[in-house]
Amino acid sequence: MTSRPSTLRPDLAAIAAHVAPGSRVLDIGCGDGALMAELESESRCDARGMELDGALVERCVARGLSVVQGDANVDLADYPDKAFDFAVLSQTLQTATRPDAMLDELLRVADKAFVSFPNFAHWRTRAALMFGGRMPVTRALPVSWYETQNIHHVTVEDFRDLARAKGAKIERSWFFANERAISPVGANWRAEFAVFELSR
Amino acid sequence: MNAPFASNLYAIPQALPLDSGQALEGAQLAYETYGNLAADKSNAILICHALTGDQYVASEHPITGKPGWWERMVGPGKPIDTDRYFVICANVIGSCMGSTGPASISSDGQPYAMRFPVITIRDMVRGLVALLDGLGVDRLHAVVGGSMGGMQALSLAANWPERAARVLVIASTARHSAQNIAFHEVGRQAIMADPAWADGDYYASDARPDNGLAVARMAAHITYLSEEGLTEKFGRRLQDRDAKSFGFDADFQVESYLRYQGSGFTQRFDANSYLYITRAMDYFDLAEEHGGKLADAFADSRARFCLVSFDTDWLYPTAESRHIVHALNATGAKVSFVELSAPHGHDSFLLEHEQLDRVVKGFVE
Repeated sequence: MTSRPSTLRPDLAAIAAHVAPGSRVLDIGCGDGALMAELESESRCDARGMELDGALVERCVARGLSVVQGDANVDLADYPDKAFDFAVLSQTLQTATRPDAMLDELLRVADKAFVSFPNFAHWRTRAALMFGGRMPVTRALPVSWYETQNIHHVTVEDFRDLARAKGAKIERSWFFANERAISPVGANWRAEFAVFELSR
Repeated sequence: MNAPFASNLYAIPQALPLDSGQALEGAQLAYETYGNLAADKSNAILICHALTGDQYVASEHPITGKPGWWERMVGPGKPIDTDRYFVICANVIGSCMGSTGPASISSDGQPYAMRFPVITIRDMVRGLVALLDGLGVDRLHAVVGGSMGGMQALSLAANWPERAARVLVIASTARHSAQNIAFHEVGRQAIMADPAWADGDYYASDARPDNGLAVARMAAHITYLSEEGLTEKFGRRLQDRDAKSFGFDADFQVESYLRYQGSGFTQRFDANSYLYITRAMDYFDLAEEHGGKLADAFADSRARFCLVSFDTDWLYPTAESRHIVHALNATGAKVSFVELSAPHGHDSFLLEHEQLDRVVKGFVE
């Protein structure tokens, strides 16, 4: 929790700032390993990653990170219970085959989970759907409906409901718009992105 | 076929115990080194060769005159940088480039031939560990191997967990599948069906089982390639002719290529070594060695692992690597895995591949 300027995406920076130093972390959908690299170098964490895209995995391995190419929908099952202190699922929940099952897996393999996702109830999305009558293509959801990887659109309120249904406790939450943190007031329509920290 | 060429030789001081229960007395390993060993001996990388490979990983092969088999990967400024690392590569026990194998002279003054004890991958690694002891290298910076070399790297990690800090396994497996064994059996039967094989006792004779060995190599070579690679390289093109001959000459380019591969191989490899080494690979089952659970094989390992597979490798397909990754995850080992895209099948690890270079360099450093 330093004030060092971070080059991480805001949701990842919020996560990085709240992972306890020295933790065992599994970053699911870790991309090019930006968060893992930060956690290993700044917080002395033991970070492991999972990523579907082989080209991104190669970049992670080339920068010395431990990343396994795999599909979280299937391969999380291979990790033992509570193998990690934290599981991170950033911008990936909405691409999961079954987000509810994924949430169970996160809290099985780790004590706590960070989940970040684009909020489909953001006012810009609502406006696009209401006035345009078409599936929104916005800054936060930049791809047309037919080519998006986001197969389950979720809102801040939907996610709170899911956590409740799953018996997961929301420890903390952060909301972002225009790349900046915003207050939780009215987050369901004001936030472009949300980050939740969960436990069970 | 005992080293008429220069290589470092290490005489293993004690009898080498073998998985079969036998022991190999007076065994020696032929090896090459590249780069300089640091004063604290912390920069050694052991490279394990594949079935028909040898110690000439980054220097000219004395028989064929060709560059080392992984010269593009190992050398000054290359992904495994010999300006920084001390690279060791030894000919495995059972082979024929100077290490003790079936062609070596036994204590009675005659070649071992088929009296050579059946060896395993773990026996090969016992030999390599003895060499490391001889070189005073307690802990390797990394052990690296592709194909059979990957099996040795895994065996070292499982059985000598303190000896390597990093384990890089490329296009390999933790156990030989029925299909793998089947292909090897075709090769062995081809050798043993050659009249010149003479129950393995051909060393004193002028005739060698070259025909059988060439067929074995041809069959194996097909498994090292991909259909896509073969089609791209040869298709159904004819060799040095405009029409089919309606005979059994090598009409097709692919036939001519395989014959060339087969005959070239007999110049540099001993048929009995081929029998012994393929047997060792077929016996390989790392889980079986550890009570049936692969994860238990790595329970004591603190090493970092990296596994690489190729999407067109049907000899050791990606699923085999994933199987190992799952076992390593289950034990909480630090493991990376990536499936690289390449058109050339199993042999891709020996060929130009920039992504592989980056992965190897990044992981080793």
